Amino acid sequence: MATKLPPVDALLVGFGWTGALLGQELSDAGLNVLALERGGWRDTTTDFATTFIQDELRYYYRHALFQEPARETLSFRNSRSETALPMRQLGSFLPGTGVGGAGIHWNGQNWRFLPSDFLARSHNTDRYGAAAIPQDMTIQDWGVTYDDLEPYFDKWEYLCGISGKAGNIKGQIQPGGNPFEGPRTREYPNPPMEMTYGPTLFAQAANDVGLKPFPAPSANMSRAYTNPLGVQLGPCTYCGFCEKFGCGNYSKASPQTTILPVLLRKKNFALKTECEVIKINLDSDRKRAVSVTYVDTQGEEYEQPADLIVLSAFVLHNVHLLLLSGIGTPYDPSTGAGTLGKNYAYQIVSSVDVFYDDKILNPFIGAGALGMVVDEFNGDNFDHSNLGFLGGGYIACWNTNGRPIETHLVPDGTPKWGAKWKRAVVRDYLRSMSVATHGAVMSHRGNYLDLDPTYRDFLGRPLMRMTFDYTDNEHRMSDFLTGKAEQIARAMKPREIRSNPRKGHYDITPYQTTHNTGGAIMGSNPRDSVLNRYLQHWDVSNLFVMGSSTFPQNPGYNPTGTVAALALWSAQAIRTQYLKNPGPLVQA
Amino acid sequence: MSSSALKLVLLASSCAFACFASPARCEQLSFGQVERGRYLAAAGDCEACHTAPGGKPFAGGRAIPTPFGTIYSANITPDRKTGIGTWSDDQFYGALHQGIAADGSYLYPAFPYPWYTKVTREDSDALHAFLSSLEPASKSLPPNDLVWPLNDRFVMRGWNELFFRAGTFKPDDQKSPEWNRGAYLVEGLGHCGACHTPTNVLGSAEKQSALRGGKLQDWYAPNLTADVRSGLGQWSIDEIVTFLKTGRNDRTVAYGPMSEVITFSTSKLNDDDLKAMATYLKDIPAATEDNKVAEPDPKAMAAGGALYVDNCSGCHQAEGQGVSAMFPRLQGSSAVQDRDPTTIIRLILNGAHAATTDARPTQVSMPAFDWKLSDQQIADLATYVRNAWGNSATQVAASQVGELRRSTPQELSGR
Repeated sequence: MATKLPPVDALLVGFGWTGALLGQELSDAGLNVLALERGGWRDTTTDFATTFIQDELRYYYRHALFQEPARETLSFRNSRSETALPMRQLGSFLPGTGVGGAGIHWNGQNWRFLPSDFLARSHNTDRYGAAAIPQDMTIQDWGVTYDDLEPYFDKWEYLCGISGKAGNIKGQIQPGGNPFEGPRTREYPNPPMEMTYGPTLFAQAANDVGLKPFPAPSANMSRAYTNPLGVQLGPCTYCGFCEKFGCGNYSKASPQTTILPVLLRKKNFALKTECEVIKINLDSDRKRAVSVTYVDTQGEEYEQPADLIVLSAFVLHNVHLLLLSGIGTPYDPSTGAGTLGKNYAYQIVSSVDVFYDDKILNPFIGAGALGMVVDEFNGDNFDHSNLGFLGGGYIACWNTNGRPIETHLVPDGTPKWGAKWKRAVVRDYLRSMSVATHGAVMSHRGNYLDLDPTYRDFLGRPLMRMTFDYTDNEHRMSDFLTGKAEQIARAMKPREIRSNPRKGHYDITPYQTTHNTGGAIMGSNPRDSVLNRYLQHWDVSNLFVMGSSTFPQNPGYNPTGTVAALALWSAQAIRTQYLKNPGPLVQA
Repeated sequence: MSSSALKLVLLASSCAFACFASPARCEQLSFGQVERGRYLAAAGDCEACHTAPGGKPFAGGRAIPTPFGTIYSANITPDRKTGIGTWSDDQFYGALHQGIAADGSYLYPAFPYPWYTKVTREDSDALHAFLSSLEPASKSLPPNDLVWPLNDRFVMRGWNELFFRAGTFKPDDQKSPEWNRGAYLVEGLGHCGACHTPTNVLGSAEKQSALRGGKLQDWYAPNLTADVRSGLGQWSIDEIVTFLKTGRNDRTVAYGPMSEVITFSTSKLNDDDLKAMATYLKDIPAATEDNKVAEPDPKAMAAGGALYVDNCSGCHQAEGQGVSAMFPRLQGSSAVQDRDPTTIIRLILNGAHAATTDARPTQVSMPAFDWKLSDQQIADLATYVRNAWGNSATQVAASQVGELRRSTPQELSGR
């Protein structure tokens, strides 16, 4: 029997980026806010100190900061004709656990989606005709536009001290920035990072082939920064330990380095760690969430009542919790009915390695979002007529790291081990780099999330089952991007290149990106979405869902910037509309 | 309007503040006096010592380590049994002014009455009014654990004869009102000299060396005189004010015991008072001439320089320039160049947390290197930062590091 606790005004389930953002916003509005986090407390000095954080074996290969599959995992299959099996090791994506969530171990590559990305169905229909969208491609408009979100992108970028160069300020194209981005109200808060040699060579070559390279917007600090909350970040040291690591120098934006120092001083905010929410409880007519049930590390159950409940865990956990709580109608791919679990999507990445004889690139001078990018082939920045696919992606030369276990590019034909491999690594370590493509995945009728009929987690609950594969659209798009990347790579005039296209079925074992999306998507009406444009549940109006689970499909950028802008947009709607008049913010 | 009528008006207009003292006492309290007392309690940093870790504010019980044993701070809430609820204004003033408790017993100077004696009677009454307005907390104290013969309070009578002269602060007519206000705060309630003035073997501050730096709890409280290297000689008044208000400035951050001074005391003072304190401090002449010392061993400098690049430059930057209000500047730093290297050794060994304030909420910390670097490496590193970039201070020996490594607690290993 769960112990019933005193009620709070607002309850946050999960305490990563969106939990911290909502915690700050809702406590500012005067609410008593409680956050429940399944993992432990973590902070810069105690957990990521410079004296020990640069440890590849511990943090990457032994997964010190990630979710433990022995406690919580999912089952996977490529298609409905297969039987899903549980993932016993993390691979393709790396969900975090603990305070700060994956906001601790991200690279810091921070983007705004394109204005047309938010209008995926209507924009493509207008430009290419309804027939251009395949029957089973279930893309949708978001119900929110770039212009709606612009003030929140701006607020987020100043909160994090994003280093970058604007490409479009209020419609004026800015030299040196991304000319394809949506209009922004002002320049980034910090200048771009110092560019290293590899990305500089890439940019020259991209320029030579007629493209417009620009420095990537980065949540690694190009200089010391104090954000509007008074929280301080230090200048990046370019140590090259960002993704899969916490930052010991306070140089990467994370909840800990941007919000928590202020939020945790507030008397109307409380955080409980090592409390895993296992169910959202509804009232008898199932229109209102009354509480959550959570379990502590001793296995004790508690019921925590709240007036407002916000799901702010990772995308997969938000959807899993909704499925386990029976909130909403699970999606059925055979009929297309139901919305919960619908439109799960991912990303498709490929690369082209570049090997020089005469250029020393020093790859160990790196940072997670240090790089040069071209955006000509992202979203609908180019004419898709007769290409046979929709969507796109960026092409970038990142200099994220030269970590010794992970990073040793060798050309085609090199053995995988032994003396010849060693000789190739010695020859090429300082002289090689990679050009990456980062492509969108359109949503598809057969790609979805539901509960596994067989496998259960450490609490005996059904695992979530993921059914996902790339379609022809993704492969055509990724091949197109890889071809463009090869063209730039050749223009860099290296000794040789090695192309690594993405072929065949989606493989969940090698690491690709932690950019999972969908399953609890937002939209304009409850027939084809779980949430309204304010991330409010259509059926249960005091329940809001944050994160990339709300994306109706996955554009060709890293998701964090849009995740944050949506969270701030939703928080503003809660503050200015919902609290005054609790109830549905959009009439179904 | 008579003064009692004024008090009534103030009381009537301020029924928002709760009074937990006896009804008779409550009638005497005025909102203005209580708020003035609250401010003075901050100036006196009372809460820091009179609060046990995790305990109720002002309820005492915090262990204060001294060279003569452990003393537990008193419960100064108005609890009638375990606190000071029965004390009169006169008795409270007696404690501040003469170091004598309500029952006539002698207080130990861990309670800084040698400084508080300078507090005016009016301020003492206001402080007492504030403390009387607190909710009484019943909390009995553990007995002090002091060496013989100091475990007998009566011994303090002799100590007072030798080292203590009661006396309210007397303004210096030759100086500005601002200087005098600063002197009153620094030498009185602020009791800065309790840490920053060296003490003799019996624990009494050496008046002739006032504010030239003192050792406490394995820290070295820096020299606050105008010395260019080890003192405040290069600090501007604005820099001192910013430091006291926010715990940070362009030069350094507060850490160690100064953190709680910032948190409980100086961050709560108004800018005029902070400026007054800074004005007074800047007027204290340097303790010594330019204290440039002999060049250190080049081998130690080379080894220390290499260690610096690998272990320190990420935060403190390549030339020791630091990051404003975040990572202390080592170039020109008084803490780094102090004649006593205790603090720099201890910082490298155990790390430290910077003070956090509403103005500077980021919990910046330095990690511990005790597990990573040997005594000799830490000595070389300390020698290097004490002598690089124009700095100059005595070379540090491995034996000095070893001594501190054995005596100080580990704070921030985090591994």
